[in-house]
Amino acid sequence: MMVKLMRFSETQIQRYSRHILLPEVGGKGQAALLKARVLVIGAGGLGSPVALYLAAAGIGTIGLIDGDVVDLSNLHRQILHHTPDVDRPKVASAQAKLTALNPDVTVVPHHERLTADNALSLFEQYDIVIDGTDNFPTKFLANDAAIFTKRPLIHGGILRFVGQVMTILPGQSACYRCIFKEPPPAGLVPTCQEAGVLGALAGVIGTIQATEAIKLILGLPQPLTGRLLTYDALASSFRQITVRRNPKCPICGEQPTITTLTVAEQQVCELPTAALLSNGGAA
Amino acid sequence: MSSSFSVIVNGKEEATTAASVMELLQIKKVDPHMVSVEYNGEILDRTVFPSTHLKSGDKIEFLYYMGGGTA
Ligand SMILES: [Zn+2]
Repeated sequence: MMVKLMRFSETQIQRYSRHILLPEVGGKGQAALLKARVLVIGAGGLGSPVALYLAAAGIGTIGLIDGDVVDLSNLHRQILHHTPDVDRPKVASAQAKLTALNPDVTVVPHHERLTADNALSLFEQYDIVIDGTDNFPTKFLANDAAIFTKRPLIHGGILRFVGQVMTILPGQSACYRCIFKEPPPAGLVPTCQEAGVLGALAGVIGTIQATEAIKLILGLPQPLTGRLLTYDALASSFRQITVRRNPKCPICGEQPTITTLTVAEQQVCELPTAALLSNGGAA
Repeated sequence: MSSSFSVIVNGKEEATTAASVMELLQIKKVDPHMVSVEYNGEILDRTVFPSTHLKSGDKIEFLYYMGGGTA
């Protein structure tokens, strides 16, 4: 332990002392965090708490991919961005905050959308990927790219007052498509933009995602795999639903039908015609 | 009039007269395209919602699509 601690500077020992004190972290664990590379998809509601806690923990390299600019309506939940950041690219705004929080951290901004063309090469540069996007085509793309590159993926989703989280270890635990075979018909499931979302809920779910990433890097047991954790802010209650790997999963099942990355781009803006048969409400 | 029996929906026991998963979704006004359904621990293909018959003690979980994050 002392040998490992020698690697740290005085300021690092001070900065990370409350982590190093934990037997589950220690000098060795903190060194692992400083060497880790984590990709965060989306520098928004979920990406904000995720990236802030990862930076504070001294995650060596944090990649951020987001093609958007900050909008005033983002600020009630996207706590990486401040009022003067409106109209600034989210990745630039995020990079400034994260490096100010912890200069040990290298932030790699990717000011673009995740696409079928860039996903694999991007994922390969990181150890763990965190899903903080709001749109389903990208969520499915992230899942598929994680399966192909065998990168752990930490899924998160929020809507109105409810959130969900699950850690996916490719080939070992249920993936997103084991639960949801394909994206919902476009326009059917409302986005935060349409349905609203409690800002602080993003903090709850994103913070759990960051915690799971840190646990994976430290090699701690009992990751949030094989169970979908849901949080209902109105009821103040957590539930977890056991989800097994689905033998019929189109990407990680016994006879996968998805063998290359594709994005259901056409689904983004089209409204379903036949699908709108009832008035289902998610929350 | 069919008699009711009890099933466990999202962890809560409740009485229902729904003969199938599809009927349960209809009674609860949940669009079948908006959820994934886990029936006694297994994720069901959407095509078998109508043919999956419910019996007393069945455990059903509605898993909702959730976006969030950016935008
Ligand atoms: Zn799968």
